[in-house]
Amino acid sequence: MFNYYLKLGWLSIRTNPWLSLLMVAAIGTGIGACMTILTVNHAMSSNPIPQKSEVLFHVQLDSWEAGEPGPDGYNPPDQMTYRDAIALQEEAPAFRSVANNRSGLVLEPEGGDENPYTVDIRNTWADFFPMFDLPFLYGSGWDESADENREAVVVLSRELNDRVFGGENSVGRTVRMSGINFRVVGVIDEWLPVPKYYDVTNGAFNLPEEAFIPFTFAIEQDLPRNGNTNCWKPVDGEGRDAFLNSECAWIQFWAELRNEEEEAAYMSWLNAYVEEQKVLGRFPRPLNNRLNDVMEWMEDRQVVEDDAQVMLGLSFLFLVVCLLNTIGLLLAKFMRKTGDISVRRALGARRSDLFLQHMIEAGLIGLGGGVLGLGLTWLGLRGIEVLFGDFVEHLVHLDWQMMLTAIALAIVSALVAGLYPTWRAMQIMPASQLKTQ
Amino acid sequence: MLSMQNISMVYRTDTVETHALREFSLEVGEGEFVAVTGPSGSGKTTFLNIAGLLEKFTAGKYVLDGKDVSSLSDADTSKVRNEKIGFVFQGFNLIPDLNVFDNVDVPLRYRGFNGAERRRRIERVLDMVGLASRPKHLPSQLSGGQQQRVAIARALAGEPRFLLADEPTGNLDSSMAMSIMELIRSINEEGTTIIMVTHDPTLADMAGRNVHIRDGRVSDMSSDMQLADVANG
Repeated sequence: MFNYYLKLGWLSIRTNPWLSLLMVAAIGTGIGACMTILTVNHAMSSNPIPQKSEVLFHVQLDSWEAGEPGPDGYNPPDQMTYRDAIALQEEAPAFRSVANNRSGLVLEPEGGDENPYTVDIRNTWADFFPMFDLPFLYGSGWDESADENREAVVVLSRELNDRVFGGENSVGRTVRMSGINFRVVGVIDEWLPVPKYYDVTNGAFNLPEEAFIPFTFAIEQDLPRNGNTNCWKPVDGEGRDAFLNSECAWIQFWAELRNEEEEAAYMSWLNAYVEEQKVLGRFPRPLNNRLNDVMEWMEDRQVVEDDAQVMLGLSFLFLVVCLLNTIGLLLAKFMRKTGDISVRRALGARRSDLFLQHMIEAGLIGLGGGVLGLGLTWLGLRGIEVLFGDFVEHLVHLDWQMMLTAIALAIVSALVAGLYPTWRAMQIMPASQLKTQ
Repeated sequence: MLSMQNISMVYRTDTVETHALREFSLEVGEGEFVAVTGPSGSGKTTFLNIAGLLEKFTAGKYVLDGKDVSSLSDADTSKVRNEKIGFVFQGFNLIPDLNVFDNVDVPLRYRGFNGAERRRRIERVLDMVGLASRPKHLPSQLSGGQQQRVAIARALAGEPRFLLADEPTGNLDSSMAMSIMELIRSINEEGTTIIMVTHDPTLADMAGRNVHIRDGRVSDMSSDMQLADVANG
């Protein structure tokens, strides 16, 4: 009977094409608005590394000044000082850990055909690549000896490798940046963590860096820092060493802790470390160290801002308004079919048969609304792209999951909208209609 | 076959009570062709709606084909209508979006027959009513007489025990009306019990028995068959 009801639904839609189109348009508009906002929210709030998000922890030590709000009020600063980061990197009992920060260098192309250009850099450690599951196109990350020996090695993004080496395997070749020759050890494949969880401080929806070099080498060479830096007291002195010994926080720190025991042991170590530092006159605030896994950290940083949630709520309200219109139109359509319904009742249709028939018709209209809604969502996302530019370019694409969600939401919405009109149509007494036709 | 005893039907609004049938009793035997006549508002159509289980009555007892159908559920009522009763209406009541074949198919769909069985039955009844060559025509492409033939084919496709006809020739000219009446009579001769509401005495005379209704009661019966019961005792 399902196929029969589908056929009847399609016939009914064809019989009243304009009324049906109005309903498809009402549902499609609501779905389009809803899915546009939902798609952006979905991308913003998705788990960027689902296979490991529960074992990767952002580390915070509360090194800020006592009695004064810091960059994040009275919460611990979201970044770490160099002294603390190095202590944690070298001594804390983590399976893996990485201190890292954002930087930028000027790439000098060979041959002089192209002008030098700035490249976004991440200064990090060997563990960064296995810890965050970076996929490699060629080669691999560097090994720990490169960190220890402060070697001038580099891992390139696929895009930068395409630009500099035409996409060839560049492992072993040299790229010159800010006057330094870096040896390429690896090229990563497409890698687009959304949000960019490992450094939300400097832009949760920025693109990943174009090249990765050892943190130790960057420190030794005193390469520039491009990221956010917060200090609660002036740097005591001039030059690199004075800055490194200051209370300025500028490093993101992550640890990989594979189970609760490792997490507890790590936290104990952090607490002991801070107590030790307190003896040395640092960490004036009460003990307040924190470990947040990836999704906790996204929540803590409010990566999806309240405004976005309000927009999502408003878009759903708009969908409800569209559905109310659809209810009215469906009511008009179904009440025009009282003769058909009465004849079918006389010929042996149960109320449940007719209910199913009309709900399937509503579902078909919902399907049409879903397809239109997908088209409008695509337009909406392009509109957002035009409005906000590159910032959201990699956020606003419709994946299969969202496309299926749009269709499912449209069909469910139409079914909900169809409930009352269908129920009303089922209440018709056939005898009253059969004589009057 | 059909037994109604002391059936009452009252339509109520906030201020008015209308008695459409008053202690209405009637027996119809298997294979009978009964014409029901009476002035407008006498209760003919109400009787037919109750006989066809399209309306619930207020009081009384109704036994159809040996089964008390006074208080069946919606699903059971629908099943009885589908399997035992065929309807022919004055206004044909064909579904305009469906072609002849699909209109006749409607009751068979609810019966749950497979495709081959439905096709066999549809082709048989369309042949019987002389429309075998027009299965793809829409109702709007047919004359009134042809539309009524489709309606009769639809009523017969499920091979019902009863055929209830409400002014089946009311919208037709006299030659078409006679042709439809001949068809109805031939259906009766093949064994289907027929109850036909009409206000045309000529058509009523073609039935085996004539039941006259006035003010919701059977006021007169005439027949060349023995009457099973008499209304109001």
